[in-house]
Amino acid sequence: MNWNLIFTSIFSAIFIKETIFYVLGAQGLNIHYGYTGLMNFGQAGFMAVGAYGLAVSVETFGWSLWVGILVGIGWAILLALLLGLPALRLRGDYLAIVTIAAAEIIRLVARSESTESVAGGNSGINNFAGAFYDLNPWVNTRRYDFGPFSYSGQDLWIQAVGWGVVLLMALLTFLLMRSPWGRVLRSIRENEDAVRSLGKNVYAYKMQSLVLGGVMGALGGIVLAIGNQSVQPDTFATRTTFICYGALILGGAARVWGPVLGGIIFYVAFRGLDVIIRQMEKADIVPESIMTSTQSGVVRFVFLGGALMLLMVFRPQGILGDRKELAFDG
Amino acid sequence: MALALALCTAFVLQPGVMSSMVGAQEPTVDEPAVTTGSPTETDGPAITGVLVNRDDDDSPVGGVEIVVSDSAGEEVGTVVSDDDGAYFLELPAEGEYTAQLIVDSLPDGVTLTDEERTSLTFVVRPGQQKPLLFPFGVDTRNSTGSIDRVLPLTIDGIRLGLLLAMTAIGLSLIYGTTRITNFAHGEMVTFGALAAWYFNQIMNIPLLIAGVLAFLLSGLAGAGLEKGLWKPLRQRGSSLFGLMVVSFGLSILAQHLFLYFFGSRTRPYSDYALQPGGVQIGSATIPPKTFAVIIISLVVLGLVGLFLSRARFGKAMRAVADNGPLASASGIDTDRVVLWVWIGGSALAGFGGVLYSTTQQVSFQQGQTLLLLMFAGITLGGLGTAYGAAVGCFVLGLFIQLSTLVVPTSIKNVGAMAVLILVLMFKPEGLFGRRERVG
Amino acid sequence: MADATGAEPRVVTEADRGGVLPEPGAAKPDPILSATGIERRFGGVVAVDVAHVEFQRHQITALIGPNGAGKTTLFNLLTGFDQPNAGEWRFNGTSLSGVPPHKVARMGMVRTFQLTKSLTKLTVIENMRLGAPDQRGERFFPALVKGLWSSEEDEITARADELLERFKLDHMREEFAGSLSGGQRKLLEMARALMGSPELVMLDEPMAGVNPALTQSLLGHVKALREEGMSVVFVEHDMDVVHDISDWVVVMAEGRVIAEGTPTDIGRNQAVIDAYLGTHHGEDLHPEIVEHRRLEAEAEAEALEQSAEGDSDDDTAERP
Repeated sequence: MNWNLIFTSIFSAIFIKETIFYVLGAQGLNIHYGYTGLMNFGQAGFMAVGAYGLAVSVETFGWSLWVGILVGIGWAILLALLLGLPALRLRGDYLAIVTIAAAEIIRLVARSESTESVAGGNSGINNFAGAFYDLNPWVNTRRYDFGPFSYSGQDLWIQAVGWGVVLLMALLTFLLMRSPWGRVLRSIRENEDAVRSLGKNVYAYKMQSLVLGGVMGALGGIVLAIGNQSVQPDTFATRTTFICYGALILGGAARVWGPVLGGIIFYVAFRGLDVIIRQMEKADIVPESIMTSTQSGVVRFVFLGGALMLLMVFRPQGILGDRKELAFDG
Repeated sequence: MALALALCTAFVLQPGVMSSMVGAQEPTVDEPAVTTGSPTETDGPAITGVLVNRDDDDSPVGGVEIVVSDSAGEEVGTVVSDDDGAYFLELPAEGEYTAQLIVDSLPDGVTLTDEERTSLTFVVRPGQQKPLLFPFGVDTRNSTGSIDRVLPLTIDGIRLGLLLAMTAIGLSLIYGTTRITNFAHGEMVTFGALAAWYFNQIMNIPLLIAGVLAFLLSGLAGAGLEKGLWKPLRQRGSSLFGLMVVSFGLSILAQHLFLYFFGSRTRPYSDYALQPGGVQIGSATIPPKTFAVIIISLVVLGLVGLFLSRARFGKAMRAVADNGPLASASGIDTDRVVLWVWIGGSALAGFGGVLYSTTQQVSFQQGQTLLLLMFAGITLGGLGTAYGAAVGCFVLGLFIQLSTLVVPTSIKNVGAMAVLILVLMFKPEGLFGRRERVG
Repeated sequence: MADATGAEPRVVTEADRGGVLPEPGAAKPDPILSATGIERRFGGVVAVDVAHVEFQRHQITALIGPNGAGKTTLFNLLTGFDQPNAGEWRFNGTSLSGVPPHKVARMGMVRTFQLTKSLTKLTVIENMRLGAPDQRGERFFPALVKGLWSSEEDEITARADELLERFKLDHMREEFAGSLSGGQRKLLEMARALMGSPELVMLDEPMAGVNPALTQSLLGHVKALREEGMSVVFVEHDMDVVHDISDWVVVMAEGRVIAEGTPTDIGRNQAVIDAYLGTHHGEDLHPEIVEHRRLEAEAEAEALEQSAEGDSDDDTAERP
């Protein structure tokens, strides 16, 4: 077993763009579910429209990257309005089904050959973020080492900006949730009718929440798209939504830092597990008859499923959560 | 009739072309220009078929050279089609081969439908006579008269609709009785299909019996889940959200366990994969098993319907799904009803998976692709109902298949999910929702 | 029926009847809320079928009736939480047909719920602050800058503290509402409703589940509302309570208004007595049928309510 490699990849994973992707997705879900109680099971869809809005604008329409980012955010707002219009008037579990279906529609349309000329089909869209890396204060191609961390100049730049976005969203969440606006949201989570009876337009607040959290998800998609210089439809499978939920629950919902902490731990564990299993398989600790190299790639998803269930059952309040104040009653 | 046979076998034996998309089966419409020759005396693996030219009223194409090599690249034989367009080449053993069509050998005026498709890689099983798909002539798939495609698509839509109904009744009743939006229900479908596959291919049990065993085993699995997971969670007072997340975790867990042990390849059952006979309808030939699946589904759904409408316990199930507190207040043992809803619903889902896999082959993720269609179907019919769910699913299955007349096959499921969203927008209680239930 | 001025009253005993006839649908001199032809069906069951009813301003009106009479359903309809199949109703002369509940509340008709809807995971003071209408900090962009709403928040808090003191909840100020007793929650809900300075307070069973020690104080608070110029409509079962505080009583049974009058009138009314005993104007209804209808209607109402709000907490609804 190459322990050095294992540790390096685990430590490095703390800051990589994939972690940022899931953290932002989870921050959005924190607004949706953590504070407002909206069961959005289609966060992957919001992340997808962010990423594709950017990529399609640049690649297909030839607009600048910065316009593309605005387009990605705009699409997320549009998607929230489109879904919220029917679904926010309905019972909570209907929203869950509508959002999960919408996210799948987006993925299927993006990967369909009928939209290939726009969305690139199965292989997605690549190399559209040059403008971003032109601004890089580090040297794009150089490798930088800091103790156990090792990143390329490109990685450093997207990580710096990506974590900047995460901090900004955390600040936004903090400011909003200490305000009377946040109080209305938390009250809606507890009991919609009570809030209605006090003269608040619950529907409008839910819509604002859906838009805000959706935009956060879209920013996650945008960061990953720029970081990878690529978008692929299957990045945005339903599984992605649930990795975000796993992160949110682990960190603690309705807490400003819950999704950030949870996102880091959840994704690092998810990725670290994969590295460890592959190392074990390479070192023949697990015999080939029990686990082939194809199978070893599957194991982490088995753990992902198990971890989601166990978390929900045994520690629904997560690390930072207070069961008295907010329990998911898992 | 020979054409019919060839078409269905050609399709069924081509694992590579099976997409994992739901209901991607469009047997005869897809590959109309290839036929096999008549069966020969030999028992060994072989390739066989008849080459015809679609441009010229399916006239035979003779003198075409096909070179076959094994997976190591060693040439194992060459065959030239005769004046009837037929070819036959015995292969040394089962395994993977590549067939190369020599374009220079094509007669003047004959072109491949897909000019790139000169080489095919395929797997031959012991004793299998493998037809190869080398279509000639202009691709007329999407330009054939829609009328010709309507009937076969309708029949396949009926099959898909009935199977969705069978698998989704449990999902709807589970929702009705426990309020769980069970995202792991699709995995029960896969579980049934996989269980039947192990019985059938590993233990050599005929598929009919294997299907019944899978039905029972799925029911048992449903009971285990209810006893070991859902009931304890409900008793703790878990929130709807908690239950949903747990069900999704379970779905990921189960799906990847299937992937781990079964692999990502789609695999057929040993029976009925290659089936003689078939009925020419419109532009397509429907294999007998499609009709068999439709009839079996109708019988099963009929029995379920009888049970739910006549049997005391069946009525109790509907009552609990309709209104738990009221049913409970009138002395119905809700816990027992819920247990049997899990058992029955899971058994039906598993059995539906078996029937589904007779035409689509077994895949570790077939349930997942079906799940959202089931949700769309039962939402259309009315969440929590039994009959409404069945009708909704049936309509949806038909809709999905017929929609391919106008939309590309790759996004036909998008239409189904759009229906889901539209229904919720305009008639959230579904077509047969609770509003008409109290009388 | 509304036009009753010409008829000779059968019994005239109470001075405080104010010239209003003690019969269903009687016209009031200055109604704050009136409803005509209100009908609500759940499937085949008619839950509410009210021909006409008016509620007098500056009075405490009790809405009573046996279980399943449709009182809560009528409440839901009048406050916009449910929509009737037919009918028209006006608050201060403005039609409320199709007006969503939050707008009804903003117009000055605030309600409470039979099953308290305290926001259990907010503190008592947070619950109170939420009750204040039209807060600047409740809008998205101003919310971001504390300076824009902190002074308003201070005013709101001061008013909330006053109310808490009056309702004797000040010692619970920082507790989660979930840790309050049933009676305290009723008090909190009433206090919270008052944060909006309503004209009409609709109380759905304010005394249900409240221990006797608190009942008197609750009654006192309700009476105080009238003294402050508010109008009150409340649903109640307990005839003693009704006698004690109400100026006027409206009796419902099987969805209809079957009687109106002063508490004394109602105590003598044969139709009311019949309704409470489960019979209805000589027509013999087997108690089991009545019970069955009630269960059905209530389960329907509950299911509908749940489907509207997506709230699983009410599964355990107690049915007094």
